Amino acid sequence: MLTTGITAPDFELYSSPYQKIRLNELQGKKVILAFYPADWSPVCGDQMNLYNEMEKYFARHNAQLLGISVDSRWSHSAFSQHHNFHFPLLADFEPKGAVAKLYEAYNEESGECRRALYVMDEKGTIQWSYLSPAGINPGADGILNALEQLDNLK
Amino acid sequence: MTQLIPAVNSNDHIYGNLNAALELVEYGDYQCPYCGRAYPIIKNILRKSGADLKFIFRNFPLSKIHPLALPAAIATEAAALQDKFWEMHDIIFEKQQTLEAESFFLFAETTGLDPERFKSDIQRKDLAEKVQHDFESGLRSGVNRTPSFFINGKKYDSDWEEDELLEYLKDQLAEISIS
Repeated sequence: MLTTGITAPDFELYSSPYQKIRLNELQGKKVILAFYPADWSPVCGDQMNLYNEMEKYFARHNAQLLGISVDSRWSHSAFSQHHNFHFPLLADFEPKGAVAKLYEAYNEESGECRRALYVMDEKGTIQWSYLSPAGINPGADGILNALEQLDNLK
Repeated sequence: MTQLIPAVNSNDHIYGNLNAALELVEYGDYQCPYCGRAYPIIKNILRKSGADLKFIFRNFPLSKIHPLALPAAIATEAAALQDKFWEMHDIIFEKQQTLEAESFFLFAETTGLDPERFKSDIQRKDLAEKVQHDFESGLRSGVNRTPSFFINGKKYDSDWEEDELLEYLKDQLAEISIS
């Protein structure tokens, strides 16, 4: 995992079949980057479903959530539609896992992202991170505490 | 280990012996199939544990995937205003497979609620806020799926099949008795 206090490495990935998102374009907002192993696997569904309910909590902290896995934009599109997700899923698909590797959140053995969370402040500095065991959904308490602390520092 | 925040208090719906040594809290969603499966398990465990166990249900509706979860939660809170929280809670889980938006009015009659009062109470803003408050407390407490259980304030992440859960509760009780 990357250490806090450094600038989050920039990247550009597909967020839907025809659109890309560049991380640096989100400056001015806090960003929650949620790496997860795979679309359609039970734990990830739980985790993303939970975050999907939290739109207004994230909005309250001026934060944008981005899910990210090595699945293709088409898989993401179907997964997202199936669960009615209201936040983008980024396809770290080609070259596979490049962004996950950049964020030290890639599992070479399984060829999937690890279950890693990063919170960046409005300037794109990494302020909090957490690596969860692959089978365990980390929940949202850590993210909420991190967002709150950032707002309290102002 | 993740801790229940806030601790069980007077805003909660508590089933069983208030002074029981064991306290089981469920964060649940009335439309979640796993919560539906947990419902008879919890019933059995409550029956077998008698005065040693109290049970608390807090709402954790995942509204984006379960459109009736929030209306169901509000229906139970409205029933609570007529002292029928657990009756409504039970019937919703028992009829989970065939739940629809109109069901709650039918349940109100079946459980013996004043239907007119129920109809007006489900519009009350404070009930929606109570459900919201439960949800937020779940987020704080590290709820990461439904159902999520807390036993005497600590998150319980193991298997919640009847035998496993009962065994764990027994061990907890033994530990409490020793100390």
